[in-house]
Amino acid sequence: MSLPFILIASVTLLAAAAAMSLRNLVHCALALTVTFAGLAALYLNLDAQFAGFAQILVYVGAVAILIVFAILLTRSGDTPNQAILAPGWIYGIAISALVFTALGWAVLNSSALPKPAAPAPEATVKNIGEWLMSKYVLPLEVIGLLLTAAMIGAVIIALREMKTKMEGDRP
Amino acid sequence: MLGEQIVKGMAVTARNFFGSYVSKERLTTVQYPEERLVPKENTRQFPFLVYDGDNWEKGLRCVACQICEKECPPKCIYIVKSKDKKPDYKGQPQLYPLTFDIDISVCMSCSICVEVCPFESIKMDTEFELSTDDRFEGLLLHKQELAKPNAHYHKVHAQDAKDSDAVLAAETAKAEAKAKAAAEAKAKAAATPAAPPPTPAG
Amino acid sequence: MSDRIQQVIEAFKHLSLVDKLDQFFVVLKQLVLAGVPEGWQPLVSGLLSVALVLGVFPGVFALITVIERKGLGRIQNRYGPNRVGIPFTKIRLCGFGQFIPDGIKSLTKEDIVPYAADHAVHFLAPIVMLIPVLLAYAVLPFGRNMTIADYDAGLLFFFAVGGAVEVSVFMAGWSSHNKYSLLGAMRAIAQMVSYEIPLILSAVTVVMIVGSLKLTDIVAHQSDYTCGIAHWYVFTPWGLAGCLLFFIAALAESNRCPFDLPEAESEIIAGYFTEYSGFKFALFFLGEYLGMFAIIGLGITLFLGGWTSPVSFLTWIPSYVWFLAKLVAIVFVFIWIRGTLPRLRMDQLMNLAWKFMLPLALINILVAGVWHFMGHDWQRWLVCGAIISGAYIGLGRGLMQNQKLGKRTYRFAE
Repeated sequence: MSLPFILIASVTLLAAAAAMSLRNLVHCALALTVTFAGLAALYLNLDAQFAGFAQILVYVGAVAILIVFAILLTRSGDTPNQAILAPGWIYGIAISALVFTALGWAVLNSSALPKPAAPAPEATVKNIGEWLMSKYVLPLEVIGLLLTAAMIGAVIIALREMKTKMEGDRP
Repeated sequence: MLGEQIVKGMAVTARNFFGSYVSKERLTTVQYPEERLVPKENTRQFPFLVYDGDNWEKGLRCVACQICEKECPPKCIYIVKSKDKKPDYKGQPQLYPLTFDIDISVCMSCSICVEVCPFESIKMDTEFELSTDDRFEGLLLHKQELAKPNAHYHKVHAQDAKDSDAVLAAETAKAEAKAKAAAEAKAKAAATPAAPPPTPAG
Repeated sequence: MSDRIQQVIEAFKHLSLVDKLDQFFVVLKQLVLAGVPEGWQPLVSGLLSVALVLGVFPGVFALITVIERKGLGRIQNRYGPNRVGIPFTKIRLCGFGQFIPDGIKSLTKEDIVPYAADHAVHFLAPIVMLIPVLLAYAVLPFGRNMTIADYDAGLLFFFAVGGAVEVSVFMAGWSSHNKYSLLGAMRAIAQMVSYEIPLILSAVTVVMIVGSLKLTDIVAHQSDYTCGIAHWYVFTPWGLAGCLLFFIAALAESNRCPFDLPEAESEIIAGYFTEYSGFKFALFFLGEYLGMFAIIGLGITLFLGGWTSPVSFLTWIPSYVWFLAKLVAIVFVFIWIRGTLPRLRMDQLMNLAWKFMLPLALINILVAGVWHFMGHDWQRWLVCGAIISGAYIGLGRGLMQNQKLGKRTYRFAE
């Protein structure tokens, strides 16, 4: 463990803890943004430039903004007077422990793990682009289709709302 | 076509940009401290006190009647009446202001004081460069700073000054005529004691 | 140690005069680096580069503020600032000393924080604004061999750090606890998110043609000359369309007129930095202009040949001079646009982004593909030009037809 890794990891973990425990939702969202940025720094620390930059572009630039927009549009930014923990927190902990166990088991038993001696593949931007367009073209297209469907759905929902609102306006 | 009008607009602004370097007529700005506009005839800024003759203390027209002090909407005039009387420019004994202060940080240049003054004594000046670094004493004008000769009034508002001089001359003439009539009547009364008392003129 | 210095000086002596001028700063840096111990070299190198960026671009910013005020003044037939020159002398320099009192004023003003503000976030917002903007300069090639960090994914890096600006805008708007700030922040984020898409898509065409995200590669691909004219991408049909789209989107990304809805002073005071004063306001102001310079610098790199000269007989002018000259020229066009166009309405803004620029950018990507696969044929000029102009006219007509202009009706007046 090198010094940069320790620094980045501690900042990321602290921000993640803050995102869970702060009272003000907008503060939580901002702490989550710091977590995303910390993850990006970890990727960059591992020399994965594309993943790191894409993480910043997508998570800091888009997802974080989406989250704060959602918070602002659905409720006021004032601090709510309720407990940090939801009433059913025991179930939450049980489920997250279950998920963690499953993930850990999958990682420990995967075929990729036992041979760490293999040379790291050249994950340059060019290679990633070529793989996305050749070897992994099907997953890419499926994801694209899914996103398009989601977008069309969003547009349709917005359209219907507008129509009913306009009808309601009429006397 | 989309964007056509944008190009036209850009051409207009470009013409203005380059034109302002070529022709001086385009630039309407007057570069103030070096260049100045000639003030308009009706320019008025803050009041001053007119005096006749050379001595500002003796020639002051103001008789401390305090009408302006009472009429001033923002109450920026402060007058202290004298206890004794002094002969004014006509030689009549009159009261005079011991103190006459105008706070021009309060004054709103309405010139109501000018309109109500029966002695043609307070008038509006055109001086506007009165900024100072002392916002209390520097903007409180005292009697001496306020007193300006009639010649100054003629300089800043020639027509108004002429009118005001005419009014004063008419009043003086009237007063003289009255004095004369009174003197004559006195002489007559001395000659013929049975004569009726003289009717006041005007 | 002195051997290395000797080597650098020897190498410099062998350069021609043009190269000596061009590489002066590069050699200067090598000279300093040769003087420090081996282990300290990366740190010193980074500090030198950062010092250069921090010295040059705020300096350009200071000059541009004066040029902007003077230019806008001339467009409106006024003089603009023409008094302040060198302090304590009578030399006026046509008012180009104006930035000194401006800077002193904004840095010495009282820093007022609203009582209801979220103090920590309010304090952090201008810093979060300035850091990504300055980071973006890391990948820009300012001149030959003058790139601070020449990443393989340089273009991606630029757009990634640009995305972080939105977070700071939100922080500023939300933490001020002021409805105008929040409205301004909402407007700014909506606008930035909308215009980021045509911005990136118009840059994608260049990436397709060059086949690299590395900005120095992109400049190298544009540095050839035919008949004395450079191979800038703006001189191709897809490049021209991409360049125009890019700079329109850049105008919107830097919140400048006619896209200045986020800080529309006649509607919402100053938008998201309404509640900022003094030093923090100066930081926002600086961040906004530096962001504009960075995005213009990227546009220059992508479409206007970076630091290369437009005609081959002017190649003796040093590369960094070309870069700065292009930067100032584009900024001047931005000022010219600011002096000409009125502010858009919110629906017009969104219509322009989603109904005109986005389809045109997508068609432009198609055109770039056609251009690539038609080889060096002269017909590709005709085909690509026809597709682009057809799309432009068609989309423009569509945008104009959907306007539904009618007589304005007043609900409360009259």
